[in-house]
Amino acid sequence: MSSEPILTVRELKKYFKTTRGTVKAVDDVSFSVMENENFGLVGESGSGKSTVGHVIMGMYAPTAGKITFTGQDISQGVGRRPKELKKRIQIVFQDPASSLNPRRTIRQILELPLRVHGLVSDGDYQKKVLEMMDLVELPHEYAERYPGELGGGEKQAVAIGRALATGPSFIVLDEPTSALDVSIQAKIINMLMKFQKEFSLSYLFITHNLSLMRNVAQRVGIMYLGKIVELAETSEFFKNPLHPYTKMLLSAVPVITPEEEALKPEKVRSTGEIAGALNVPPGCSFHPRCPFVMDICSKVVPPFSEHKTGHKIEHQVACHLYPVT
Amino acid sequence: MPEQLLEVKDLYVNYRVYEGLLKVLNGVSLSVDTREKVGIIGESGCGKTTAMKAMMRILAANAIVAGGAASYRGANLLQLAQQELTRLRRTSISMIFQDPTAALNPVFKIGEQLTDIVRHSGTSGKSLTDQEVKARAVEVLKSAALPEPARIMDSYPFQLSGGMRQRVCIAMSLVSARDLLIADEPGTSLDVTIEDQIMRLLKQIVEERGLSVILISHAIGAVKGFVTKLYVMYAGTIMEEAPTEELFSNPAHPYAQRLLAAVPKLTGGGIPEGISGRIPSYLSPPEGCRFVTRCPNAMEQCWSHRPPMFQIANGHRAACFLYGVS
Repeated sequence: MSSEPILTVRELKKYFKTTRGTVKAVDDVSFSVMENENFGLVGESGSGKSTVGHVIMGMYAPTAGKITFTGQDISQGVGRRPKELKKRIQIVFQDPASSLNPRRTIRQILELPLRVHGLVSDGDYQKKVLEMMDLVELPHEYAERYPGELGGGEKQAVAIGRALATGPSFIVLDEPTSALDVSIQAKIINMLMKFQKEFSLSYLFITHNLSLMRNVAQRVGIMYLGKIVELAETSEFFKNPLHPYTKMLLSAVPVITPEEEALKPEKVRSTGEIAGALNVPPGCSFHPRCPFVMDICSKVVPPFSEHKTGHKIEHQVACHLYPVT
Repeated sequence: MPEQLLEVKDLYVNYRVYEGLLKVLNGVSLSVDTREKVGIIGESGCGKTTAMKAMMRILAANAIVAGGAASYRGANLLQLAQQELTRLRRTSISMIFQDPTAALNPVFKIGEQLTDIVRHSGTSGKSLTDQEVKARAVEVLKSAALPEPARIMDSYPFQLSGGMRQRVCIAMSLVSARDLLIADEPGTSLDVTIEDQIMRLLKQIVEERGLSVILISHAIGAVKGFVTKLYVMYAGTIMEEAPTEELFSNPAHPYAQRLLAAVPKLTGGGIPEGISGRIPSYLSPPEGCRFVTRCPNAMEQCWSHRPPMFQIANGHRAACFLYGVS
């Protein structure tokens, strides 16, 4: 991991207008992903983590804010993004059963990005496709099969192969293993980690699984109702979680060893439910569920600021319990 | 003294499909005592839900029970007369499903669905007045920790959150579960903080009422804090049976060992290897051990002979030739 950011997101907002009001799916989110880094974005359903990934991909233009990729502004939607940049930014979706066209063979699926970007001369498609299948450890006889004939892990391997086909430097991984069984998940994650080293990739790893995040990410951001509430280096984050929501989340993670149980912060019992995106509570949006709620919490949005940990580690949190330094 | 409540023996279930016969359940045996909390873990498609549905006799129309028995207090559920089965479902056994959205009828209010259940679940067949029915419905909603029961009764399922819908399903199951509760992945479709709440609620209810439970899950951590005995299932076969603590500290079957190792740990340490390959086709499953195609310890006999359950310690058994010869 170098200290140069490959991607920077500043004050990003993405609102959706619906008939029942405006949904603030992403509301003032800032972070950066360093070169060769695996940055984890964690949150529960409805927290806006996938929307962040989709806006970076250009699937929608942001409502406000700025995204820069290797110094270039990519805030406008994908329609105005140069092809050269699309090649360098790729995505792997959660459910390979719906992200792969069921009526195309594996060969056709893997060929498409090569054709779109004109990466291979006409006679070489077959060879390149087989190379990519080797890379993601799929047997060659799968080339003429359809996605429906493959297992979940194998389908996700195809999706990863497709993302790698254009030689990207940055990949959004949007819950790449949450549709898979745990034994298959391990396979896919190991593959992703290997490729990161081999091809010097930077990842934005979106997941709801904290245990998984602990093992793969260098830095973690926690999202709640459209905002990042805490951001820190992974080891610091698990040693010293600050935000009450983070503590609640960590306490709720089902674990299997006594060592993991011991790692959990003082139990913050999960209570209440995430508010609807249409009526986000005022002030800190977590305050109705927070065991440490104070008067100020329902009135003032806590600033997202650096917290002094005593040592030189980046650790930001948005909570009134921790005064701005 | 706990006594045996349910004993499933050598259950075989096949599904008839266009391609042929899917031989899913491969002689499943398990037992549950009164007040016992039992878990079944296994990955998707291993047959855990099929086993429960076979017992409750709610299998799909193309399923064939090809052998075995499920004895519940001495009566074989698989052969019980329809009337007697209905009586058991209304008064003794009930089931919670994974997806509360699919389990609730979208076009009826919660109140209508719940009072129907209350009305038909009387213990002695005596009919309740409308007021009694309503009072009982409100009472079960309250015991499922649902605030404002009156508002819930008047809501359609889509007006409630996923967590609340699952609480409603728990409430419904409480009406008739006086002895055995089967919970099929009750927290899987929910967020982790909500799953935590639901599992705590279930545990509290089960303990208060002295129910027996079968908890099915592929989320291994969620089962651990709940049950005292675990079965590990793979490809329609029970591979290992052990007291919960024993299974986690000393897994015996190569599948169980690798499955537990593949779970990412909150303490870090990287992701282990996982298990290569995939679950065999049920159209032509391996003749011997069904894990043989993926097993790093596979021996010659594993391909041709099915390993029986070998005793490892008290209450701990594994279906693997590493632990004995047949």
